[in-house]
Amino acid sequence: MEEIRQFVVFKLGQEEYGVDIMQVNTIERMMPITRVPKAPDFVEGVINLRGEIIPVIDLKKRFGLASGEVTADTRIIIVMLDDLTVGMIVDSATEVVQLPQDSIEPPPSVAGNISSDFLEGVGKIGDRLLIILNLEKILRPGEAETRAAM
Amino acid sequence: MDSRYLNVFLEEATEHIENLNSNLLNLEKNPSHEVVEEIFRSAHTLKGMAGTMGFNKISELTHEMENLLHEIRSGKFPVTSSVVDVLLECVDLIQKMLDKISIEGNEGPVNINPVVDKLRRLLEGESGLPSKQSSDEVEGSFNEFELRVMEEALKKGLKIWEILVKLNDDCLLKSARAFLVFKALENLGDIIKTRPNVQDIEDEKFENEFYIYLVTSKLEKEILDAVNSVSEIKSVTVKEIKMSTVANKTGESESSDSKQSAPAADKTGDKNKIKNTAKTLRVDIERLDNLMNLVSELIIIKTRLEEQDKSHEHVQKRREALEYLARITSSLHDAVMKVRMVPIENVFNRFPRVVRDLSKELKKQVNLIIEGAETELDRTIIDEIGDPLIHLVRNAMDHGIETPEERVKKGKPQEGTLKLKAYHDGNNVVIEVSDDGCGVDLEKVLEKAQNLNLVDKVQGKKLKENEILNFLFEPGFSTKEKVTDISGRGVGLDVVKTKIESLGGSVEVKTRKNEGTTFLIRLPLTLAIIQALMVELGKEKYAIPLNSIKEIVILQKEELRKVQNNEVILLRGNVIPILRLHQILDISAGESDEETLTVVIVKKGDKEVGLIVDNLLGEQEIVIKSLGNFLKNIKFIAGATILGNGQVALILDINALI
Repeated sequence: MEEIRQFVVFKLGQEEYGVDIMQVNTIERMMPITRVPKAPDFVEGVINLRGEIIPVIDLKKRFGLASGEVTADTRIIIVMLDDLTVGMIVDSATEVVQLPQDSIEPPPSVAGNISSDFLEGVGKIGDRLLIILNLEKILRPGEAETRAAM
Repeated sequence: MDSRYLNVFLEEATEHIENLNSNLLNLEKNPSHEVVEEIFRSAHTLKGMAGTMGFNKISELTHEMENLLHEIRSGKFPVTSSVVDVLLECVDLIQKMLDKISIEGNEGPVNINPVVDKLRRLLEGESGLPSKQSSDEVEGSFNEFELRVMEEALKKGLKIWEILVKLNDDCLLKSARAFLVFKALENLGDIIKTRPNVQDIEDEKFENEFYIYLVTSKLEKEILDAVNSVSEIKSVTVKEIKMSTVANKTGESESSDSKQSAPAADKTGDKNKIKNTAKTLRVDIERLDNLMNLVSELIIIKTRLEEQDKSHEHVQKRREALEYLARITSSLHDAVMKVRMVPIENVFNRFPRVVRDLSKELKKQVNLIIEGAETELDRTIIDEIGDPLIHLVRNAMDHGIETPEERVKKGKPQEGTLKLKAYHDGNNVVIEVSDDGCGVDLEKVLEKAQNLNLVDKVQGKKLKENEILNFLFEPGFSTKEKVTDISGRGVGLDVVKTKIESLGGSVEVKTRKNEGTTFLIRLPLTLAIIQALMVELGKEKYAIPLNSIKEIVILQKEELRKVQNNEVILLRGNVIPILRLHQILDISAGESDEETLTVVIVKKGDKEVGLIVDNLLGEQEIVIKSLGNFLKNIKFIAGATILGNGQVALILDINALI
């Protein structure tokens, strides 16, 4: 039987990205963020999510894109990866889509101006392209990279 | 297998292992019947539990231990250091298997045969002994009840006699004669036991002789007369029984009557202690943490209410409600804290064993003194502090305390002293690990520091003693092969320091040549809730733990001075370096250009530093929350807390700043 996966779709600029729904905890509106000094530059800071302290990263900065302005559509997607819970700031979160596993193709070397290291693959919904993220690579930067970012 | 049962098994087994360890050491030092009983019970329970769970190796090993323990218990077997060694080895092996079980669910490829052989050899090698000594020692065992009666009797100053009655070979009514002997003796005192037992004697199931154990205040002669009044008696032998020949056959303890009652009292004391420690409630730490979180929430709400209170008109009733809430919160806080508090005994208990093993290994004589074991600390800290302490103890024994020969040469007692001491000091708990060994050789430490380029030659000469000692905590300061060169410590002391600092504590060393070294560990009483001073830097709010604040001073800008390009202030004759938090924390808003400076003086050990802040926002109780795995190891930040308005404020890590 074909495996169907569900993805939360969100936008960074004009591009559409997807993150596996099993890794998404909640989607929050923008809220006050407390800056954390000495953290890597893509870390915006920490938020209070119902009594828990959650670190928040600016996904655009993480991908090396220019960070956009905060609008009414800006969302924080709270994702969980094993022992990590992290919020990701995105321009908007739009919908949930279903994709069969075998319709996901390996990422081209560069997709939407971001390095393919961060990607799991590219899915097609009709004529739309959905860039599917590899959270492991995004949230657990290699040693060298962290040091460079500091 | 059902993991629920497995967990219960592991927890209980670990408890029994701990019991075995401490009781075996106890047995070696001061053998008593109660300790043997306790050890026997633990081994027996372990055997049963392991058998039920299907862990056959553990069950087999404990069975063999039981055999040996049984002999010890019945007094047939002397307790020597080598017996304790083998038993401890068994305990270690069981521990090893338990560890395996907790990870893999089975006992692993552990080979128990060598130890089992040792146990058996001990038994066989010594088993001939009791029969040789049977003429002057008590044969057969007394059960617990009989022993208690005997103990009581000895306490009251009564004596216990073993009476061997031999009947004439041609005696016809053996049981009748025996009955008459009983009768005669019962007039003198209490018969506590006969051998064979009364039933067998009545049924004439004995040869021509039997033993009677009598508790009485009467003397030997009266007993002899009483028995001899019965006819057809061939001979009577009467012997006094001392407790020591029953409970302990090492022969070390004195058997004079006057000393008998004292140890007996001690033993009962020990027994009570054993029972007390067993009376603890096992609580899932997750539940406790949950409770703790609830309290945290409550405190946050309290703070929020207080803030609203300030902004509204004064309303008497709400104030009262607030005060009430505050009272409840703080008592709830205390209650939860107490649940989390565990006596440091749990950690200290490991050390007699560690010290015993190490002193054998290093051929040094060390007397371990433990003080303040009842001092309580947060469970989280207790769990973490064990390894650093073991490190320090090993260091002290390896490098601190000298060999007996060296000590004698230096005019010190042959036996070194290692002291573990815990006590409260304000909001902190202090743990001291001190030895009376050779101390740290400062010159060699300095030399080593210069070799490692930690300091240059010129500067090195200016360093104060404690600055030199701090090199010991530098990572990689002492590698294994060099440890012996510098006669000093340093085996991974950086690891010790890091661990303790991660718990919010600090370490200091004090040393005097040839007099010894003391490591002072200062730990916070609890990790979760602290008093903090809230300060403002630009638009950001930060919390500084109150226990690291010494004082707050307001200064004029001109009072700042420069010494070698570092800013300092002079406070009552002391030079205190100044840190500008704006720069350190990359705060974008510039510092205020007011003429006065607010300086928070913080301390770590003897060191003091002044922090320039923009505004003081007041004192507040804060709940410490971690920044999580994603942001661990952020420099200068110890954690975060949620303010009354729901915003997050970061807590400064004073230890990292100084």
